[in-house]
Order: sequence, then C-alpha cells, then structure tokens
Amino acid sequence: MPIRKFAVPSSEAEIPDFLNAIVLLANFVVIPATAYGAQLALGALGVTLVYSVLRFANFAHGDLMAFGTAATILIVWLFQGWGVSLAPLPTAILALPLGMIITCLLALGTDRFVYRFYRHQRSPAIVFVMVSVGVMFIYNALTRFLIGVDDRRFEDGERFIVTVIGFREATGLDQGLALRTSQVLTVIVMVLVTTAVFWFLRSTRTGKSMRAYSDNEDLALLSGINPDRVVLVTWMLAASLATIAGVLYGLDKSFRPFTYFQILLPIFAAAIVGGIGQPFGAVAGGFIIAFSEVALTYAWRGFLTHILPPDLIPAGLVQILSVEYKFAVSFLILVIVLLVRPTGIIRGRVF
Amino acid sequence: MSRIARPLALYAVMASLIVAVGFIQSWTVALSITNLALISAIMTLGVNIQWGYGGLFNAGIVGFAALGGVAAVLVAMPPVTDSWIAGGTNLGLAGLAILGTIGAAVFVRGRTHGRRRTWATLFTILAGYIVMRIFLDPASDAIEAINPSIQGYLGGLGLPVLVAWPVGGLFAAGAAYLVGKVALGLRADYLAIATLGIAEIILAILKNENWLTRGVKNVTGIPRPIPSERTFQTIGWVSELGHSFGLSPAMTAAIANRLGYALLFLLVLGTILWLAERALNSPWGRMMRAIRDNQDAAEAMGKDVTRRHLQVFVLGSAVVGIAGAMLVTLDGQFTPTAYTPLRYTFVIWVMVILGGSGNNWGAVLGGFVVWYTWVMAEPIGNHLAAALADLLPAGWLRSHILDSAPHLRPFLMGMILLLCLRFAPRGLIPERRAPSTRKPEVN
Repeated sequence: MPIRKFAVPSSEAEIPDFLNAIVLLANFVVIPATAYGAQLALGALGVTLVYSVLRFANFAHGDLMAFGTAATILIVWLFQGWGVSLAPLPTAILALPLGMIITCLLALGTDRFVYRFYRHQRSPAIVFVMVSVGVMFIYNALTRFLIGVDDRRFEDGERFIVTVIGFREATGLDQGLALRTSQVLTVIVMVLVTTAVFWFLRSTRTGKSMRAYSDNEDLALLSGINPDRVVLVTWMLAASLATIAGVLYGLDKSFRPFTYFQILLPIFAAAIVGGIGQPFGAVAGGFIIAFSEVALTYAWRGFLTHILPPDLIPAGLVQILSVEYKFAVSFLILVIVLLVRPTGIIRGRVF
Repeated sequence: MSRIARPLALYAVMASLIVAVGFIQSWTVALSITNLALISAIMTLGVNIQWGYGGLFNAGIVGFAALGGVAAVLVAMPPVTDSWIAGGTNLGLAGLAILGTIGAAVFVRGRTHGRRRTWATLFTILAGYIVMRIFLDPASDAIEAINPSIQGYLGGLGLPVLVAWPVGGLFAAGAAYLVGKVALGLRADYLAIATLGIAEIILAILKNENWLTRGVKNVTGIPRPIPSERTFQTIGWVSELGHSFGLSPAMTAAIANRLGYALLFLLVLGTILWLAERALNSPWGRMMRAIRDNQDAAEAMGKDVTRRHLQVFVLGSAVVGIAGAMLVTLDGQFTPTAYTPLRYTFVIWVMVILGGSGNNWGAVLGGFVVWYTWVMAEPIGNHLAAALADLLPAGWLRSHILDSAPHLRPFLMGMILLLCLRFAPRGLIPERRAPSTRKPEVN
C-alpha cells in the first residue's frame, strides 16, 4: 500500500505542521481526557444522586466502586475459565450486569443495617459522613478479602481499534494515534447510561418521586411518596453507576483498590464543580476536571514544535504541573469554585 | 461520683492491658505501643478540638501530620552547604517570585471588579507561577545533583529536634488557615472534601519535591532528643539499675531509651490536655459548644461562627502537626510513603469517636484503645486465619484465607466505628453536660 504524504515530516519542516499537532493533541490529551472524564462523570453522578436524596457526601463511594470492580473481575475470571467471551469486546462487559447486581445487594444491605437507622433518627449530615467513613473501611476490607491488594489487569479481547503503527501507515503522518477499545467503550457506555438516568429522573414515576423527595422531603411524604422506595432506587442507581464507573476505569487503566480511594477527590470535585446534587452538572464537572487535569499535566513541547517556527520552540517541556500533581488540579478547581461560585456551575434547586 | 470512677476504671483497664503485653511479650514492645499510643492520643486531642468543640470534620489529618513531620527534617537535620551554594540564589528568586505574585494579585484585585476580577487574579497567579518555575526548576536540579545518594536536598537548620515540635504545629496551623479560609462558612461537608484534597496535595509535594524532603528516598538519621540505646549501655548506673531487676544491659538500654521518649511524650500530652481542658471550661469553650449545638442561635447572639470555626480548626490542626513532628522524632526518619490516609486520618477518627467526642480524657483513652487494637489486630488476624484454615483441606480457599489475615485491620476499624456510632454515639467517656442542665448536687 503506497504511503500517502499529507505533510512533510517535522524534522524537515519549514512551515508549521498543523495536522501532526492536531493528531498529537488528540492522542495525548483529547482521547485520554474524554475517557477519564466519562469515568469521573459516572462516579460523580452516583455521588450527586446520593447527595441529593440522602443528603450527605458519601466517602464510601470510591470503595464501593472498588468493590463493584472486584466483583466484576471475579466474574470475568469465572467466564474466562468457562471459555465464555464477547470477543472482540472485553469479557468485562458481559460480567458487568452481574457485578452491578452484587454491588446493588451490598449497597442495599448497607442501607438496611447501617444508614436506615440514622435516617429514621434524622441525624445531621455530618453524622452520615462519619458513618460513611466506617462503611468505607468495611468495603475496603471486603474488596481486599475478595481480590487482594495487587494490581489487576482484566482487559481482554481486541485492545486497539486504531494502533499507532496502523494510523501512521494509513495517514503517513509523523505522529501516531492510538484509540483503545476501552476508551471508545467508556464513552459509549457513559452516553447510554447518563441518557438513561436523565430520562429516568425526568420521565418515570419513580424518577419524579425521587426529585420530589430530594426537593422537599416533608412535602413528598405528605403527598404519599414511599420514602423507602425512593431510597432503595437511589442506592441501586448509585451502586450500578459506581460499578460501571469502576469497571470502565479499571479497563482503561488497571485495577488497584487504593487508586479508587484516590479518585474520590476528583469525583467529589466534579460533583461540587457541577453544583452538588445536580446530575447534569456532575457529568459536566467530570469532563471539566478530566480535561483540566490532563491539559495541565501534559508536556506541551511536542505540540509546540509542530506549530511554532523552529527558533521559537521553548527549551523546557512546557509542562505546567508534573504528573504526580494531577490530584492538585482537582483541588485547585475545587478551591476556585468554592471561592468564586460555591453553588457550582449549575445553580438552582437540587435536581 | 461515677463521673470520675468510670474514666478511672477504663484507664486502669487500658494500663493493665499494656502491662500484660509487658509480662507476656516484652517490655520493649509494651513501651513501643505506649509511645505510639501517646502520639496518637495527641493527634486525637487535636481532632477532638475540631470535632468535639466545633463539629468540624477534618478528612485530611494525614496531611497535617506529615507537615509536622517535615518540620522535624527542616529544623533538626544539619544544613547541606553545597546545596545552598548550588541552588540558593535561584531558590531565593523563586521565593521572591511567590511574594511578588501575591503582591501583584492583591494589586490586581484592588483595581478590577466583578467577573473580570476573577480572571485577572487567575491570570496573575498563573503568570507568577510560571516565573517561579523558571527559577525553581534549575534550583531543584542543581540541589538534587549534590551528593544524591545521601543528600541531594537542602538539609535543615541543625537546631535541636525539640524545636521542631512547635514548628510542626505552626506549619500545620498555616495550612489549616488557608484551607479553612476557603472551605469554612460553606456547607459542612465541603470542609471534609477540601481537607481530603489538601492532604493529598501535601503528600504529593512531600513525595516529589526532592530538593526539600528527598522525596521517596526518605530522610534518615534525624537527631534524637533521647540518648540512643548504645549510649545508654555505656552509662554505668543505668546498667546497674537494670541488673538489679535482672535485666541484661542491652535490654536495660532499650527500655531506658523508650522510657525516655514516653516521659517526653507524656509531658507534651499532659500540657496539651491541660490547656485543652482549660479552654473547654472557659467562656470560650462554652461559646464553642453553643455554636456547635445550635449554630443559628449562637449567630443570633452575635457570635462570628465562621471566625470561631476557623480558630478552632487552626488550633486543632496545630496540635496534629505537633504530634506529626513527634512521630518523626520517635522514628528518627521521615518516610513520605508511610503517610496513608487510612492509617493517619481515618483511624484517628475511630479513636475520637470511640473515646468520646467532646471529651478530652475520652479522646486520649480512644487513642490508646484503638492503637492497641490496631497493633493487636495483626497477630489476632493471623491466629484467626490459621485456626480457620486448619479446618479446611489444603487448597485454594485455605491459602486465600491465610493471605487475607492482614485485611482484618480495616474491617475491625470499620466495625468499631460503625458499632460505636450506632450503639454508643457518645463514646467510652461521654462529654460532660453543661452545668446548667445538670441537676444541682445535693450535699
């Protein structure tokens, strides 16, 4: 196959080389940040749902994600043992519904034996937060009992849709572009799931009663809404979203229980940036956090080499923050939002 | 009467548990547990000041403890002159850049309004940050190149390590002031999330800024305030005293060394406890409780709630910082990777809740009980797993159970926290009720 040349390789380039620059940007910023943003959005959606209906910041959400992922991985192994697969898609997609069911059962059990008591007591939010720390410990221990603390990769099937070499050969560009199956899958699943959740909240009877309950609990109770049912549905949604987010994150990167505690911070930041209790804001917040994180920790030198004339190219990496500080980005955005607009980007009533 | 009898009994039980370790296992182990329990108790006191007095949830204790630990490095380690020569100028310029940025930001904010103000401030800070990096990056490279296997950082001031303890408190207080300024006065859980974030950032800085802390290469050999075990072996009367109890010289020295730390820590704990109790029983303490119990009413009475919260948050964090410096002093080394949120944030919370939030004596007791449990969870977990595994045939499940013994710790901590919140929310030693609601004492 003849290699067509769209652009002169940059080493000989006299003129700025925009196409390579765009591909570079897509490969190292846009694609990873979109996938990461979708994962954060799903996580933040779960946090925000719990916040708006049960009215507390759930510190156990990260470990709920870890548990859901661990359960799914165990089922993946089981399926792999049986030879069941969904090739070229990862087996995890097949195992995901079962993982979600298990996680839902765990969340409902937790609510029955832990949270319900405080709900009936009408305890202040901060007590719920404290309780969720206890639950976090238990989930953490459960996950470790189930699967240990090691790094697990469970991505199988066709790993790439577009490979770097394939892309280079097809386009003749200097810069390669890789598109992983897990990344595309993440975005598709995220779009489907958030659409379904928004439709559910907007159009179904249960969704409407959830909104009513979160808007004004007493009024909702007066008008005959069954609070137990609302809470039940909320936990099922939160647990399912946590499992989906966790599995997609694990497919994209790898599964280690501790990292799921760490992404609690970007998830909280996404929920607050979007206006805590606002489902749409949570999704938007997830993408804002992800894009800022990737853009601020990316070394822009390569990109600038393509678009600037050679004598203007900076000597340094043009990296604003080193990758180790990626969590600082979520925190910075959080601080800015708290200072400038504590209600988040989307104002108004919860939901 | 039971107000004194109950705590006394609980403390006696705790003491006998530690003494039991001394008799059964060894006295050095018992003293090591005591030393760490004393430090935990000080941290717990700090958190109790925030939670018990003010109702503030600090989810970043680990960060404040680590800041205290840095103080021990920066105060007590000898300075590395070569590093200062290599990178001092640029570092000074970077510092000036930070000051300049702050000045410029204040100036810009004075001249702009509304939405433009936000953007102008952000832009000024970003520009200042870039200028700072222009100086900091070469400084950091030059410093890290100096004798990297044992130095590669600036060193400290070479002062006595005890000076680091109040300095650690100051560091933590400074960080707490900044976080509190941003997150207090908003919804209660925002502080929790903001502290979670600041802790994550402090830890990231300590792990990665090698010129300051050597990062993951750790700083070892921090000067000790108590003579080392080897020095104690050379002191005649100590060995003789040990001999009269039938102890070998090495054992005597080990005990003397740990006992020295224990006394030092006890002194600090006693002082902080005394101050905390004084504060609690002063008009200030009553005001804090009033704010905690009914914020709106206190506000209506003219109390500046946000300011008081900031005050109590800074004070509590300072105490945690002091404890963090003491911890590094005890270890004699600074290991940034050792600071995990589970161990230093959430376990401290279990201590506060179990001990009795709002009651300082309870908080101290909680520190002891939970630390003891934490230490004992490992042998108990191994025992349990071994006993359980014995019932099973050799195979996958058996080895899995043996492997999962260490995971008993988080499970136990979670159970203690949940059971305590559910069935004894006021803790082992409940908070004393305010005198006005207590029945007048007959007699």
